[in-house]
This record gives sequence, structure tokens and C-alpha cells, in this order.
Amino acid sequence: MSGEAQSSGPAMPPEMKALLAPAIDSRSSLRELFILPLAAMFLAMLIGALIMMATSVAPATILQSFIAMAHGSVGSLHAISETLTAAIPLVLAGLGIGLAFRAGLFNIGAEGQMVVGGLATAIASFSVTGLSIWLHLPLVLLVGLAIGAVYAAIAGLLKAATGAHEVISTIMLNLISIRLLDYMLRQPFIQKEGRSDPISKAVLETAELPRILEFLDGNLRLHAGLFIMLAAVAVIYWLLFRSKLGFAFRISGENPGAARYAGIRAGLTIVMAMAIAGALAGLAGATQVSGVLGRATPGFTAGIGFDAIAVALLGRSHPVGILLAGLLFGALEAGGRQMQVDAGVSIDMIGIMQALIIIFVAAPLLVRRIFPPLFRERRRGGDEHD
Amino acid sequence: MFMKKAALTSGIAAAFMLASAGGASAFTACQVTDVGGIDDSGFNETAWKGVQDSMKSYGIDGRYLESQSETDYEPNLNALLDAKCDIIISVGFLMADATATSAGANPGAKFSIVDMAYDPTIPNVLGQVYATNQAAFMAGYISAGMSQTGVVGTFGGINIPPVTAFMDGFYYGVAYHNSQKGTNVQVLGWNPESKEGLFTGNFESLDDGRAFAQNLYDEGADIVMPVAGPVGLGSAALATELGPDALKIVGVDADMEVKDTNNPGVYLTSVLKRMDSTVMQVIKQAMDGTFEGGMIVGTLANDGVGIAPYHSFDSAVPAALKAEVEEIRAGIIAGSINVGG
Repeated sequence: MSGEAQSSGPAMPPEMKALLAPAIDSRSSLRELFILPLAAMFLAMLIGALIMMATSVAPATILQSFIAMAHGSVGSLHAISETLTAAIPLVLAGLGIGLAFRAGLFNIGAEGQMVVGGLATAIASFSVTGLSIWLHLPLVLLVGLAIGAVYAAIAGLLKAATGAHEVISTIMLNLISIRLLDYMLRQPFIQKEGRSDPISKAVLETAELPRILEFLDGNLRLHAGLFIMLAAVAVIYWLLFRSKLGFAFRISGENPGAARYAGIRAGLTIVMAMAIAGALAGLAGATQVSGVLGRATPGFTAGIGFDAIAVALLGRSHPVGILLAGLLFGALEAGGRQMQVDAGVSIDMIGIMQALIIIFVAAPLLVRRIFPPLFRERRRGGDEHD
Repeated sequence: MFMKKAALTSGIAAAFMLASAGGASAFTACQVTDVGGIDDSGFNETAWKGVQDSMKSYGIDGRYLESQSETDYEPNLNALLDAKCDIIISVGFLMADATATSAGANPGAKFSIVDMAYDPTIPNVLGQVYATNQAAFMAGYISAGMSQTGVVGTFGGINIPPVTAFMDGFYYGVAYHNSQKGTNVQVLGWNPESKEGLFTGNFESLDDGRAFAQNLYDEGADIVMPVAGPVGLGSAALATELGPDALKIVGVDADMEVKDTNNPGVYLTSVLKRMDSTVMQVIKQAMDGTFEGGMIVGTLANDGVGIAPYHSFDSAVPAALKAEVEEIRAGIIAGSINVGG
């Protein structure tokens, strides 16, 4: 973190500096963003293989399934397209969650924020007509972003005004959003004509995020949300580490008392952090509806808002880390599909491996204990790892 | 460490060879399941049985992909296109849009979808639809004849035609019993005129299956037909607890008395939707080159739908009722009985 400038005044005793060191992460530990997840992934695959063996999957099939996973995630243009497509909403929502983490807030509500954002995008994308794509597309994305921000800000306001814990309020807002979606999808101005089940009308062509590789092959689903994702990573990096607001977020997250002394308004910071987190989750919902699904249905968010919490944790709440973690999760999803096709291994195995990766990442000491050479060598001077 | 790595590398190489050797079969049939999963004891599993039967009978390869959410439909179909499938079978009305999109973008590939017939037809999609209302009509008649309380019930997963076809048939079967026998058996949970009734809103929650059956039971129903895939297993669990004298279940899709070994003796009968037989037909057509877009309809006449044996209730169902049910079957096939009310 670039907050060292604040520590002017009398020289700090070295013991105190050492105490503070782990809290000051960011660029110094950027390499840890790579090595720890890789080690965690290796362990997860190892245990995944053991679990497969325990469920009487033949060893050859296990190897075949890992090959299929690599093949399905990065082994072809189609695989890369699928990995990136799956990563887009994970990274966007993950950025929001990571930003809230930095501000000391546990935003468990990304799923709900995605739901309302995506729903708003869907509505705007078929009820507004006669616009060109240059106006319509940005409009629907902004609507999704704004509604997501407002929805998350409710939890922020409740915390700032009444002290209601954001974990509880965002979980409750998730539940409300799912029922709201069910209800809204049955309203005549939203429901698709001729259907009695909850499903929205289709997104108009002018509100679709164009598929950027369609000219190569009609089955490549990668859409222009990729650029939105990359831009969001850059913007959030700037916001967190280069702007005054981001500094306020980080200081509030690490030491609310110090933030108050420094004249940072706690309530406003909470609401702002939640609103930006919600905006990103809303944008994630918007890109799913506009770029991938083309309509809203019950459960269109598919738990991405919850997976994004894992992505934010895995990425250590650092925008670049979140980008990498999102790509990894996207790869696991795309690769998992191939694993099922080629080796007939259940898709549930992927869920287990994702969980194992999270467990190992959440327990860095455990991973260091298992691979002492990996981490010791690195400290001596930048060795390559696998 | 290095030893381990070396072993791993050679293992990977071996697996590569295995993979390339295994991929040389002549014909591959692939299935995408709906969110219920391949082992839903219902329509996904029954359709997969059609693929498995074909694997045995025709010596083909079979693969499947499970959808975990609606967002998986399109990527799953795409993944199978990449996997060089000769025919792709998607299971479920909810996959209709995704299948149409995929079929449109890949006119050279063959698709078949369970529970959907496109209008207008798509040249490379063969829809498989079922006159389940015919078989459910028979089940409704039996239920009306067996009910002690004079109240029977039904509920569905989602209000879509493949689900409500069961409920329509069940309702009119009960109504037919009332008109023939002068009884006044009520049907709770579905009104075919207003198209409104009880729906769990999902095809997954066993808890919902239990709660909905409990509600119907509390309202006096002693026979319940859940039309929601695995959700019905929850209803059957309740019937096991209450005892089959208090609550009986009418299974759907497959013969649930055989499928659901956790709840023996609660299924009065089951409304069979023989997706395995139509899936097999479709695969046969794709293999011998007679495949074309359109639809095939499973009916009582071609054994695409039917009702399961009474199993443990065989002695409890009066012989006269059994005979009447067989007359109704003949009447529906001959067209002398109208299952639409």
C-alpha cells in the first residue's frame, strides 16, 4: 500500500515496523499473488485426484480429465473464448467485493446486486427502442450499473445510519432480489409473449454487447464486455491506489479510528464503497444479460455473485490479483465442462477443486508449510517456480 | 519431488495416447441435461437411458454434459459441438431457445430436443414431444377410483406446457371418473381452464416437494401427483412417513416404484413418458440417414407414453377398476374418449 507517506513524525522502532509489515501488502507482495495460488492449485488438483480415486475413477481417467481441463480452458481459441467469457462477470463483481473488503466491508450482496442490475439492463434493453447501438448499449449498461449501485447503497446507508451489519443486510437484500426477479419476470411488460413461465423479452440487437470473435466462428461467445472488464481493473486500481477516495477507503478499512482522526467521514465512506461495489456487480449482471444471455430468467446470475467473493479473496482484494483469480475461475469453469465431455467426470468435481483452492489460499501458512523450499528459495532471490 | 514430476509427465503422455485411441468410435450421441442433472430419477435420466440403450444395441459412443444453471445451456451445446458429436440431444423445454440458436449457427449439426416442437420447424432439429395427458388421464381415473377422502391433488415445477400436460390429463381423468361413476372427487392444485395452479418454481428442491404435498394432504388429498422431476422425491418421503394408507403418490416420467428405492410402496402408479424409446428412435434415424427436422410424438398408441404397473397396490386396486382403465386406454387410442375434457 502506498500509505507509508502518512507515517511521518518520530522514527518508528524496528519492532513496530515489523509488526506493521504484513498489513502493508500490495505491490511488494505482488509475486505472492502468483506463487501462492499456483501452489494452492497444485494441492487442490492433488486432493481432487485423490477424491476421484476414492470415488473409483480409474487413474487413466483422472489424468485424462486434467488434460481435458487444460484443453478446455486454454487449449484452443474456443476454449480461451469460453474462459474469458466466464471470467468477465467474475472479475467485475470480484472487483466490487475486493474494493469493499479494502474499505472493511463484507459485501455478500454481489449476487443480489447483479440480479437487480441485470434485470434493469434487460428492461431497458427491450423497452427503449429506436436508438442506435452507440446510444442504446451504453445506456443499458449504465442503467445496470446505476441500479446495482443504488441497491448496494441501501446496505451502506443502513450501516452508516443505524449500524446494521452489512453481512446481514446484503444477504437479506439477495433474497429480496431473487423474489423481486421472479415477480418482475411475470409482469406483462417484461414477460416474453406467449410464455407462462417467468422469462423476459429478448434484448434488442442495439443493446447487445457485440461478440468480438464472431467473424471467425459463430460459436465463439467472447463479447465486448472483455474491454469493460479490463477498463474496470484499471479504473479500480487507480481509484484504490491513486485517488483520495481510495485512500479514504483503505484507511477506513485498516483503522477506522485513525480514519476518523484524519477527518475522513466514516458514514459517507461506507455508502460510497458499497455503492461502487454495487455498481461493479450491477455491471457484471448487465454484461451477462447484454453479452451472453440476451434475456433475463430466474437464476440468470447462476451464483456468480457468490463465486466472485472467492475470486476477491483469492486475488487478495488487489485489482490485478482479482483479474488473475477471475481468469483462473473462468478457466476452471470452461475446463470443467471439457472434463465432463472428454472424461465423463462429474462437474461437481470442479466445485470441489474450486473450494479446495480457496481453502489453501485462505491458509497461506499451510501452503508454506507444505512447500517450504518454494517459498524459501524465492526469498533468497527470485527463483522460477512451476 | 523430481521423481514425482517425472512419473506425472509420463502419466500425462500415456493419458494422451489413451485419449486419442478412445476417440475413434464411429458414431457419438451426446446429451445436455437440464438443471435436474443426469441422476434426477426423471426425464434427464430417462433420456440418458435411451442413449445408454443405444450404446448397447448399436455399439455407439455416448456422452453427456450436466447444466448447473440456465446460463450453461449454450456453452454446453457448444462444448458438445466441439466434441464431434453426431447428434446432440438437449433435454427440456427450457433449453428450446439455446437449442434453436445453436442449431441456427450450426446448420450442419444434428440436434434433437425433448419436450419441444418448433413452429415453424428447424431443418436440423427433431423435436420429441409426448401426449402425456393421455397417460395422465388414466392415472387420474385410477386416483379418483382409489381416493378414500374424495380429494386428490397435483402440483408442478414450472407452469410450462410439458408440465401442465400431465396436470391437464390428471384433472380430466378424475372428471371422467366423476361423470361415469357419479362420484364427486375434487382435484386440488390445478385448474385447466384458467391455467393456474400450484407450482414450486423449481425442479430441484425436495423440501418444496415435501411442503407442497403436506399442504395438499392437509387439505384432504390422499393421492398426490407431483410433476416436478426430483422434487417429487420429497413428496414420496412424506408419504413414507405418513404411510401409504394416508397418502399415495402418482409418479411421473419413469416407473418411480422401481426408481425410488428409498420410498417403497408409496407409488400407486406412475405416468410414463418413454423418452428412452424416442431418444433411441432419434439416434437410429441419425445413424441410418433418415434424420430430418420436425417432431415425433409419443402417444399411448405407439407406446411413447403409458402407465406403470400398480406394484404393491396390485391387490388393493379392484379388478373392475383395472378393467375400466384398460377400456379407457383402448378408448383413447381409438379416439372415442376425449382426454381434453
